[in-house]
Amino acid sequence: MSVLAERMSLSRWARELPARIDLLLVAEMVEPNSRVLDVGCGDGTLLRLLAEEKQVDARGIELSQQGVNDCVAKGLPVIQGDADADLAFYPDDAFDYVILSQTLQATRQPRKVLEQMLRIGRHAIVSFPNFGHWRIRLQVAFGGRMPLTRNLDCAWYDTPNIHFCTIQDFIALVHEIDARIERGMALDYFGAPLGTNIPWLWNLLGEQAVFRLTRKNEN
Amino acid sequence: MQFVPAHKTAGIREVEAPNSLVLQFGSDRPLPLDAGVSLSPLTIAYQTYGELNAVRSNAVLVCHALTGDQHVANTHPITGKPGWWQTMVGPGRPIDTNRYFVIASNVVGGCMGTTGPTSLNPVSGRPYGLDLPVVTIKDMVRAQAMLVDHLGIDTLFCVAGGSMGGMQVLQWAASYPERVFAAMPIATAARHTAQNIAFHEVGRQAVMADPDWRGGRYLDEGVVPTKGLAVARMAAHITYLSETVLQSKFGRKLQDRVAPTFSFDADFQIENYLRHQGTSFVDRFDANSYLYVTRACDYFDLADDYGGTLAYAFKGSKSRFCVVSFNSDWLYPTSASRAIVHALNAGGASVSFVDIETDRGHDAFLLDTREFIATSRGFLDAAARARGIAEVKSERT
Repeated sequence: MSVLAERMSLSRWARELPARIDLLLVAEMVEPNSRVLDVGCGDGTLLRLLAEEKQVDARGIELSQQGVNDCVAKGLPVIQGDADADLAFYPDDAFDYVILSQTLQATRQPRKVLEQMLRIGRHAIVSFPNFGHWRIRLQVAFGGRMPLTRNLDCAWYDTPNIHFCTIQDFIALVHEIDARIERGMALDYFGAPLGTNIPWLWNLLGEQAVFRLTRKNEN
Repeated sequence: MQFVPAHKTAGIREVEAPNSLVLQFGSDRPLPLDAGVSLSPLTIAYQTYGELNAVRSNAVLVCHALTGDQHVANTHPITGKPGWWQTMVGPGRPIDTNRYFVIASNVVGGCMGTTGPTSLNPVSGRPYGLDLPVVTIKDMVRAQAMLVDHLGIDTLFCVAGGSMGGMQVLQWAASYPERVFAAMPIATAARHTAQNIAFHEVGRQAVMADPDWRGGRYLDEGVVPTKGLAVARMAAHITYLSETVLQSKFGRKLQDRVAPTFSFDADFQIENYLRHQGTSFVDRFDANSYLYVTRACDYFDLADDYGGTLAYAFKGSKSRFCVVSFNSDWLYPTSASRAIVHALNAGGASVSFVDIETDRGHDAFLLDTREFIATSRGFLDAAARARGIAEVKSERT
C-alpha cells in the first residue's frame, strides 16, 4: 500500500476518533503484518484499526472490565491486566511493537514499564501528555495551582496520572535505559504534528508527544 | 445383588440404562489410563444438541464440572430440573444450538451412564466399587476424544467448560492442540492447590466415615452412604458460594422460628439450606463416584507433564483461548486464571481474559451472569466468523 493510500485509508478512522488523533499517528508507525501488543487498549479501537488496515496480529491488555468486554465481544484477543503487573509475564521478543498510548504517566513504575516494553517488543511506541507545555508552565508559575487543561482535566487529588513528565524528561529516560528514538513527533493543540524539530520548542509547544523507540543494539 | 429402596436407585438406573445416547467400546478399544492400566469395556453416555454441518466444522464439546453430567440443555432425567448450563447452551444462547453441534458426555468415573464405580466390573460381575482404577482429568479427555472420533469430528470448533470442566478444556488444548479451534476454560485452575485438595479430602472422609459406605461395597449390601455423601456436599457447597452472597441471602436469619431452640436442630436458614443441598444431592449422585471425580481434580497439575512449566503445555498452540474468572470465586480464584493467561501468553497463544465482577462466587459460571454471557457470545461469534461457520437467524434470549 502506498503511503498516500494508507493515509487516505487511515483518515476514514479519523472521523471515528476525532479525540484520539495520537492513535492514528501511532498506527502510522506500525509496519503491516507485524505482531502488536497494545497496553491499555481501551475499547480496542486501535487494535481493530491495526487488524483491519494493516493485517496486524493485534493483542491487548486493558484494566477496565468494560473495555475488556468490549474488545472480547469484537473478537479481539485482550486480557484484563495492567502495564505494571502483567508485562513481566511475556517472553522476550514476543512482539514487533508494544504500544502504550496516554498511559505511561498513570503507571506505578514508568521506567520498569518502558524497559519491559523494549524487552518483549523490538519496538516500543509511547504517546504521553507533555507536562512542559507552555500552558501548563504558565498555570503553575502564575496561577500557583496544579494545572488543568483540556487533556488533563482531573484535579490533583483524583487524577490517575501519578508520574507526569515533560518531553525532555522522557528523552532523558530513553537514554538512561539504553534505548534509541527511531521516530518522534510533538503534537499541537489540534493534534497536528509540530513543524519543528527543535527539542526545546517541542517541549514548550507540544501538548503531547509520540515516540517510537528501539533497543540501542537493534537495527 | 440385593435391591436398595426405590428412591435410592434412580442414579443406579441411570448407570444401567441411561436416559441419553450411549457409545460402547469393547475389549478391542480399551481406554488407557494414567494409572497404568486399561479400562474395558468402556461405556460413554452423552447428549448432542443441534446439527453437525456438512464440513463438520461446528462441533462444540461441553465439559461438565465435578457433579455435572451430559444433561447440559435438557430436563434432567432424575431431578426433572432444567439442564445445568441452559444459560449458556441452547437456541439463541452463546453456544447456540441453532448454529453449533453441541456434544456433552458424562466423565469416566461418573455416575450418569459412563463407566464409573457403579458400573459392572466384568471380572467380578458386581459393581466396580473401589476396584475401578483411579481416573484422571487426562483419562476423561482421552475418553472424550474417542467419542469425538466416533462422531467423525476431526477438529472441534470449541471446547468449553467451567471448574473441573475447565480443567478438561485445558487438557484438551494441551493434549490435542490441533483439534481445538477455540477453548473456553472458565472459573478453573491449571492445578489443584493444597486448599482445593483439603476441601476434597474433607468430602471423601465424610463419605468413607459413613458406616453404610462399607469399604465402598455398599451396593452389594443394599445400602447407600447417604449421610456421608450429604455432608460432603454440604462442605463443598460452601466453597461454591461467596461470603457476600451467604451473608446477604441468609445472614443470621432463623428458619421458621422466632428464637433459637437451644438444640442442634437447624435453627438458622443457612443450616436448613445446606441440609437441603446435601439430601437432594444424594438422590442423583453416587458416593464412590464422588471419591473418583474429586480425586481426578486433586491429581490435576497440567504443568507437571511439561517439566513444571505451564507455558510449555501451550507452546505454539494455534487455538484461540477465552479465559474467564469471577472476582468473588475463592475456590478457583482470579489469580488461578491469571496464571493460565500468563502461561498462554508466554506460549504465544491467542488469549482473551475477562475477570467478571459478581458477588455470586464460583457458582457464577452456572448462572445468568450478564457480562459473562455477553463476553462469551462475543468471543464465540468472532471465533465462528474466523472458522467460517454460517450465521443463523435466531432470536436472542
